[in-house]
Amino acid sequence: MRPDPDAATPAGGARAARGLAAALLAALLLAALLAAAFPATPARAEGLLGEIRARGHLTCGSSPGVAGFGVPDSKGEWRGLDIDFCRALAAAIFDDPGKVRFVPLAAPARFTALQSGEIDVLARNTTWTLARDTSAKLNFPAINFYDGQGFLVRKDRGIAHVEGLDRATICLQQGTTTELNLADWFRTRGLTYKVVAFATAEETGRAYDSGRCDAYSTDKSSLYGERLKMAEPEAHAVLPETISKEPFSPVVRQGDDQWRDIVAWTHYAMLDAEEAGIGQENVEAMRRDALSPDVRRILGLEGKYGEALGLTNDWAYRIIRHVGNYGEAYARNLGDGTPLKIPRGLNALWNKGGLQYGPPIR
Amino acid sequence: MRAGRGPARGGDRAGNRGGSWRGLALQALLLAGLAALAYGAWANAADKLARQGIVAGFGFLERAAGFDLSQSLIPYAAATASYGRACLAGLLNTLLVSGLGIVLASAIGFGLGIARFSPNLILRGIARAYVELFRNVPLLLQLLVWYVAVRVALPEPRDPAAWRDAVFLTQRGLFLPRPDFSDWNALVPGAFGLGLLATLGLARASRRRAARTGRGLPLLGPGLALCLGLPALAWIGLALAGRPVPVAVPLRGPFDIEGGLALQPEFTALLAGLSTYTAAFIAEIVRAGIASVPRGQVEAATALGLSRAKALRLVVLPQALRVILPPLTSQYLTLTKNSSLAVLIGYPDLVHVMMGTVLNQTNQAVEAVTITMAVYLAISLATAAAMNRYNARVVAVGRR
Repeated sequence: MRPDPDAATPAGGARAARGLAAALLAALLLAALLAAAFPATPARAEGLLGEIRARGHLTCGSSPGVAGFGVPDSKGEWRGLDIDFCRALAAAIFDDPGKVRFVPLAAPARFTALQSGEIDVLARNTTWTLARDTSAKLNFPAINFYDGQGFLVRKDRGIAHVEGLDRATICLQQGTTTELNLADWFRTRGLTYKVVAFATAEETGRAYDSGRCDAYSTDKSSLYGERLKMAEPEAHAVLPETISKEPFSPVVRQGDDQWRDIVAWTHYAMLDAEEAGIGQENVEAMRRDALSPDVRRILGLEGKYGEALGLTNDWAYRIIRHVGNYGEAYARNLGDGTPLKIPRGLNALWNKGGLQYGPPIR
Repeated sequence: MRAGRGPARGGDRAGNRGGSWRGLALQALLLAGLAALAYGAWANAADKLARQGIVAGFGFLERAAGFDLSQSLIPYAAATASYGRACLAGLLNTLLVSGLGIVLASAIGFGLGIARFSPNLILRGIARAYVELFRNVPLLLQLLVWYVAVRVALPEPRDPAAWRDAVFLTQRGLFLPRPDFSDWNALVPGAFGLGLLATLGLARASRRRAARTGRGLPLLGPGLALCLGLPALAWIGLALAGRPVPVAVPLRGPFDIEGGLALQPEFTALLAGLSTYTAAFIAEIVRAGIASVPRGQVEAATALGLSRAKALRLVVLPQALRVILPPLTSQYLTLTKNSSLAVLIGYPDLVHVMMGTVLNQTNQAVEAVTITMAVYLAISLATAAAMNRYNARVVAVGRR
């Protein structure tokens, strides 16, 4: 029946089957050997910094789209405060803010991506909580934005305060501190609410805008951006109250103190530069003829502070030259010149009434 | 297991003993290789988890959840619920939407499949157009249409469509009066169950009689009377006994309609999307099944004087079922798994709760994924087992 004479006899068929089994076995053994020979994570001799240098770029977990913090612009360039933070890191390491790859991560995927080593640092308006800090061996090196949870409502509903949302339906993004804060806040005040949770900010905003919910709750900084995405931004307002503390920090894995220091001091360098009045415009002039020892230390003209971090001594100068100081990054992404117009508030420097305080570089 | 059969088969052919031993050894080696690979994967995962400092294990299921769910069939409060309870609530939501979806999809699908053979041209055309439309548009898109487009077309919550101040329809859902069937009031659903059992018994007796005398018992009238009459009697009896069944009627609240039984748009959209989509596939399966029954069977039935409906019910469908059931099982499994698209429209099913909220709040990725996969596997295997049993019966009846 079949043209193959060998396979036509039962013995030939058995032989063919055995051959197949042998081939399969060989492949399996090879796979097992390979798995044993190359452990999934190579042993780190130099730490993450060495790995990043060898790789030639930084991998940064970013938000998939929060205006002002991390969102691709019309040309596909990533923009935002968190994006600028990653560019500052790349500038400090490579003297090139372009040597960074962004991995957009939805809220439910972000920590897994960091834990599995897919990204070097997570800069994605992530709230620092004790549970997150301890349960998964993560570290939150420095708070780069102080935020709190707020509510977006339709103006024509006449709701002036959060208490007015008793018995309302609230849309939010699942897997966030938002849903925990909300449950606590309403419960402790004896108020009730109905919740509809969505996986992404886009779906949440769309559901709210189409009338599924009376309010949209998330971090206030995001609400300003979400408001602009509504069909009629003018018809919506952010309620004045803030019901939680949401300190945003970049996140790194535990166990690499050098990398943790670099991430923390990148933020502090941007703060210290703003405090010392060093910006993108005047950094070259300052580097040429600054006399103040503070400025000279920041710019790497005195001391070996950069080398102590494992970087070059002009690390902060590179950051300021390529990305600017914290105030400049804020103004560029969130300030009055942007559609968001988020007041500096808690994020002003400590000597201007805010909480942003850079430890001294010395 | 296979290896055990090797020598026996070799024994049939004299002189092939050596070969079969070699085969046995090869298969043992293969098995050992597989085991080594599985062990390697497990050890690697354990090592990586330990290095990332993730405490493996399912202890987190006992911890307080602290988040609310938009829909739960069991009492659920953020203040007291554990992650385990959240998981259970999600699982029940999955079962609810899948179970109802399977019933609805079967009803629509069988109707359409049979309509494809209708002598009525318009009915045939509609059935065909339905199948082509719903089968060929991605389910994700259909869900969005149901959830976004259909919902927005409904009245706003401030201006609901109402029927006698008891039933309300708004963008936020369909609100129905909800009778309270707790403690003694459980007599009413109990009476319904009793009625259903009695009807089933009646159907059995009717079949037996039909086999003996060729004439069955009337079923529809008595069945309806039993299923509806008994609960009605219980209802009236409770009212006469001075403990009428309380009915929670939905009321207008400051934002929404409140109270009563609320069918939320996420649930309704998912149910509608899943059942209309799967119905298109079931319709095709039913059509294929009916087409597989030889024409002579219908002709013979007609020659015996059976009406079209009776020929379909007594001659065609029982034979078609043998062809229909195996692919129908696959459709049921697909529907159950497709229900995880709930994530997209915010319906708190198992995947929404476990993979979205629980995983992210606890960081127990491996455990959350394992639980979710195991649950889907269990649901699917149970569905398949039930359908296979039914299939075995249908096939056996056919062979008799």
